[in-house]
Amino acid sequence: MQQRLLLNDGQFDITINRLCYQLIENHNNFEHSVIIGLQPRGIFLAKRLKNHLSEILGHTILCGNLDVTFYRDDFRRSEKIHIPSATEIDFIIENKKVILVDDVLFTGRTIRSGLDAILAFGRPQKVELLVLIDRRYSRQLPIEPDYIGKTVDTIASEKVKVEWVETDGKDQVWLQTKE
Amino acid sequence: MAKGLSVKHLLGIKNINADDINLIFETAENFKEIINRPIKKVPSLRDITIANLFYENSTRTRLSFELAERRLSADVLNFSASSSSVSKGETLVDTVNNILSMKVDMLVMRHPNPGAAVFLSKHISANIINAGDGTHEHPTQALLDAFTIKEKLGNIQGKKIAIIGDIMHSRVALSNIFCLKKLGAEVMVCGPTTLIPKYISSLGVKVSHNLREVLNWCDVANMLRIQLERQDIKYFPSLREYIMQFGLNKSILDSLDKKIIVLHPGPINRGVEITSDVADSSQSVILDQVENGVAIRMAVLYLLAGKVSE
Repeated sequence: MQQRLLLNDGQFDITINRLCYQLIENHNNFEHSVIIGLQPRGIFLAKRLKNHLSEILGHTILCGNLDVTFYRDDFRRSEKIHIPSATEIDFIIENKKVILVDDVLFTGRTIRSGLDAILAFGRPQKVELLVLIDRRYSRQLPIEPDYIGKTVDTIASEKVKVEWVETDGKDQVWLQTKE
Repeated sequence: MAKGLSVKHLLGIKNINADDINLIFETAENFKEIINRPIKKVPSLRDITIANLFYENSTRTRLSFELAERRLSADVLNFSASSSSVSKGETLVDTVNNILSMKVDMLVMRHPNPGAAVFLSKHISANIINAGDGTHEHPTQALLDAFTIKEKLGNIQGKKIAIIGDIMHSRVALSNIFCLKKLGAEVMVCGPTTLIPKYISSLGVKVSHNLREVLNWCDVANMLRIQLERQDIKYFPSLREYIMQFGLNKSILDSLDKKIIVLHPGPINRGVEITSDVADSSQSVILDQVENGVAIRMAVLYLLAGKVSE
């Protein structure tokens, strides 16, 4: 397997920082806005954004985790079964501006499930999408992000791997190609 | 993503392993969160049709399965033997094959004959969940009992669990023994000598006929109903004598030096195996069992539906 670095840890920090300021431009002090990370990999980005935003704004902001397993459209179509992760949304999203957060946007199908899942918790005023990596030209549904960390051109056989200090020891993003 | 269950049907706890049980528990925890949401429904099984075949009466299990199926968005067919062609002499396999011809994907079956689900699994291809077959097994009840114990005590491994009452006629007892032993618990059964099968100790359980001794030993007491409908002869002199020897009342419970947890699979015969003040006490988890039952059944249905062939 070959791999190419898309973001090193320095660039990673700069990107997270920029995304936070872009969010503040649109959401001011987050009075009516919440961040929701998609399980399993989006929750690290959501937590990072939450901590960084709380530092900048000087107060905590609401952040939850959403599992979309039961809303997926590929149940029974793949060999393996999807095992759910925890959903933790301890606040009301009714009339809130919800920012859905995921690490990589590829076909858009996970986000479609996420939109479906979020409606089980109420009717948000608005839903936006933030992704760290946008694999453009690979969408299978009409879904586009509002905030993008980095846009990359990839082919379907390639894989984007986001690594986090919390789980992998270092913040970085790789583009992997199978031999 | 993971492997999923090792089986295609849930016929009994005997046929599944500890990994399967833990996978079901893990999945049930997520469903428990979902059924406490304002919108309690997920679309996972929207393309699945499930038939509930009840050849024997049931309230809890039937409602619980139906609710679990509906909360997973499955289409549900209900069938009960009393109002069907069974009374006209149709065989089990014929009835089921007719139902399956209507493009049903999964079956939930309760039947008075032990082994009915196993028998059916050899003749048809649809996934089967055994919802109780005579005195044999009742796997989802055992799973929800163990799940409730785990929720209350944090773990099953090494815990002491007593099953008290009519062990001989109870499918709940047999499934519970398999399930708890697989999860590493110590199990003791207690009841009149006539209601404890002779070879039960070959399953690795202890046997006692002294209620107080058992209650002093255990962390959890699972009280079973006397299954009068399955008893063709008299197994004990009188109900009054049974109550005096094996009935759980508040004064025995309060005289123990620790607070044990009391389970009951229902339906309760208040004043027989358990008195009202025990059933309604803070040590009783009977209603938690019922709540967990829906989550456990959603988990089993979800995990088995992954194995339905397209």
